[in-house]
Amino acid sequence: MKITLRIWRQSGPEDRGGMRTYELDDVTPEMSFLEMLDTLNEKLIENGEEPVAFDHDCREGICGACGMVINGEPHGPDRTTTCQLHMRHFDDGATVDVEPWRAAAFPVVKDLVVDRSAFDRVIGSGGYITAPTGSAPEAHATPVAKATADAAFENAECIGCGACVAACPNGSATLFTAAKVAHLNALPQGAPERESRVLDMVETMDAEGFGGCTNTGMCTSVCPKGIPLASISTMNREYLRALRKA
Amino acid sequence: MNGTPPADTPPADASPAYTDYRVGAPVVDAKAPEGPIEERWARRRFEAKLVNPANRRAHTVIVVGTGLAGGAAGATLAEQGYRVLQFCYQDSPRRAHSIAAQGGINAAKNYRNDGDSVRRLFYDTVKGGDFRARESNVHRLAEVSVEIIDQCVAQGVPFAREYGGLLDTRSFGGVQVSRTFYARGQTGQQLLLGAYQALSRGIAAGSVEMRPRTEMLDLIVVDGRARGIVARDLVTGRIDTHLADAVVLATGGYGNVFHLSTNAKNSNATAIWRAHRRGALFANPCFTQIHPTCVPRSGDHQSKLTLMSESLRNDGRIWVPSQAGDTRAPADIPEDERDYYLERMYPSFGNLVPRDIASRAAKNVCDEGRGVGPGGQGVYLDFADALARLGRETVEARYGNLFEMYQRITDEDPYRVPMRIYPAIHYTMGGLWVDYDLATTIPGLFAIGEANFSDHGANRLGASALMQGLADGYFVLPATLADFLARHPHDEVPRDHPAVTDAVSEVTDRLYLLLSNNGDRSPESFHRELGELLWDTCGMSRSETGLRKALERIPELRAEFWRRVRVPGGGKSLNQSLEKANRVADYLELAELMCLDALHRAESCGGHFREESQTPDGEAARRDGEFTYAAAWEFTGPGSAPVLHREALEFSHVHPTQRSYA
Repeated sequence: MKITLRIWRQSGPEDRGGMRTYELDDVTPEMSFLEMLDTLNEKLIENGEEPVAFDHDCREGICGACGMVINGEPHGPDRTTTCQLHMRHFDDGATVDVEPWRAAAFPVVKDLVVDRSAFDRVIGSGGYITAPTGSAPEAHATPVAKATADAAFENAECIGCGACVAACPNGSATLFTAAKVAHLNALPQGAPERESRVLDMVETMDAEGFGGCTNTGMCTSVCPKGIPLASISTMNREYLRALRKA
Repeated sequence: MNGTPPADTPPADASPAYTDYRVGAPVVDAKAPEGPIEERWARRRFEAKLVNPANRRAHTVIVVGTGLAGGAAGATLAEQGYRVLQFCYQDSPRRAHSIAAQGGINAAKNYRNDGDSVRRLFYDTVKGGDFRARESNVHRLAEVSVEIIDQCVAQGVPFAREYGGLLDTRSFGGVQVSRTFYARGQTGQQLLLGAYQALSRGIAAGSVEMRPRTEMLDLIVVDGRARGIVARDLVTGRIDTHLADAVVLATGGYGNVFHLSTNAKNSNATAIWRAHRRGALFANPCFTQIHPTCVPRSGDHQSKLTLMSESLRNDGRIWVPSQAGDTRAPADIPEDERDYYLERMYPSFGNLVPRDIASRAAKNVCDEGRGVGPGGQGVYLDFADALARLGRETVEARYGNLFEMYQRITDEDPYRVPMRIYPAIHYTMGGLWVDYDLATTIPGLFAIGEANFSDHGANRLGASALMQGLADGYFVLPATLADFLARHPHDEVPRDHPAVTDAVSEVTDRLYLLLSNNGDRSPESFHRELGELLWDTCGMSRSETGLRKALERIPELRAEFWRRVRVPGGGKSLNQSLEKANRVADYLELAELMCLDALHRAESCGGHFREESQTPDGEAARRDGEFTYAAAWEFTGPGSAPVLHREALEFSHVHPTQRSYA
């Protein structure tokens, strides 16, 4: 396959950056998108040019490190992580645009690498259950209905990649935050911190410069793990409930 | 980066081959208490000195890595009141590769009333490790396993549950009880997020200072004691020293030395290798595990291999065509022309034999020309019977995400066509030698999780890596580290101490060399070449001839690396080629030690199969008389023969037998 890539190159946070064009003519349909970029980078290194920087690690779709906007869509056309996207989804001769996540709260570090540490601070403000090591009761002391456990799991699947923020016209992290609130607040173990969790996480989310949610649903449509839009309603309900109690 | 050329040139020109070694004094685990094995951990905890809660804040502990072991340790030490300084190379501690573990975590809860117990988990682990692990450690692991599940449930880990609201378990790779707790096919993710969230609480509270995108490049040893690390900020390129009262390495295994493995692309051996070079013994480097159920490679562009949980073997049946060279589509091969070789060879365990046996059997049938798929490097894992017996809905509930993953990669639908699988490097049982306290041979340096060698012997059982990582991080290290801190003087190391400044110069000199080399080959090309060599000679099956060939080739390749490597860009900003080159430089040294260890261990055991040591029917033959020991290697200089220290292993509770899964 022959592929023309137009890739965002930006040497650092201060650089303005811009798109640069590269041609590859030995792409195979079995390659993953990142393996295709590896091939490009090998060529660049051999020519003494700087390779394209991008975050990646597990290449199994679970660590959440990789993420780029491909032809305008976060993670590209296949509703999966970039590392699990394969070149068979592109036509021979196609031109493919590759850009970093674009969001005020995710400043560009270099090329396709962005700073997503705001996510960590949102989690740190309440996305946990306080259970110091050694203090736990017997695991079977509190049964959890299967439906509840399954609902918690569905939200706990979030990999923190940031595609939801990149897709959102407002650059909002509401789906990300809601997933954690919906996971922990669903469980009996999460009940004691139910109110403070949602209030603190929403406050931090706003303070980190993420935009507000206007229910466009773009977030859930690109989420590689299928975190449901309904989680946002769950979080809003939890938020109102906490406000009333406060 | 300073601009001065290095004073001490790394092995650019001279790094002779070593196929010889010296034998040094035996190494002894001095910390495992005597007495009944069931009481040893309780006794050790009682005998351990404590640090007064009011004084804990004055102690700084460096933790490198944020996987299950590191994340759990950092969170717990912070809860106990220590000042934790934690590092990871990823952009967030939530991304450590523990996250990719799929199948589950073992615990001796006996919720199924199926005959499980701490004793049985201990027994299975010692036997599964092919009698090359330390009994005391393994028993402790089995004891602590039950506390782990309690801890994780309290953190909100959404384990699979039964309709009555209680936890579900399943049987897993090579054991006959259902002791594996799981969260669909994402157990590692859920356990890691539990540890990450606990760690995040510590970070927000100010008790953990977290440094993401920062990579440890060397260990600082002052007057024989580990006192800190040299680390590079991967974004700014800044090299800094970080000093502490103790250093904990939780940096995972070294499987990426093989280039293609199921490890994350950036997982690497630099932290443990640098610690080894500074004096920590490295044990059993040749004990590497090959996982039988991975997606076969599709071409030369392959950048890594993807594992699928071996829980698939619970319901999938493994087969190849009976005749070599049969290229018919699987559906066209009639039942009586299929060889369900694991069921045939091992009737009582069938498709659930341990990983090493399943992997080697796959290699053997492929070597016979009966492999399937591109290049004949694959075997079928067929769910047709399971689908007929259980229905699609049940199969989907159990394996849906794995089937989806497989289809995404291969473009084949496993509900209709059998999966193709092939073994891949997955886990390393070897690692830094540690005593019962998880302390390395450098006082003040601890190694936990996959980074150490301790609990799995020559082969790890499925669903035991998560157990060991969390056991070390949540429960073992916090107890033993306190003892170390209480027994050693708490004093400051001056930042201008020669040991500190020397370590910094060595790191900057090496990076300078890499950046200024201006060769013509990419770091990746060397990594690939090394990996292929290792896979052929030190992979699923090893022979003296192959290993000697590798030991001859590796120093040549290393010299070529330092002559020809090309690293574009500079050192003062994000430079992923530089990161890669620095890691490959360490692989080129570690690989040699692996091959030497494999050569010296002229027996087959666990994941280490020596062709010269097999039974008449081709099974691995241990040689207990000569090799019932852990091989702990001492570094003596690049290209110089290391010194072997043997730790004799005693089996007084589980009597060594040749494993039999027939």
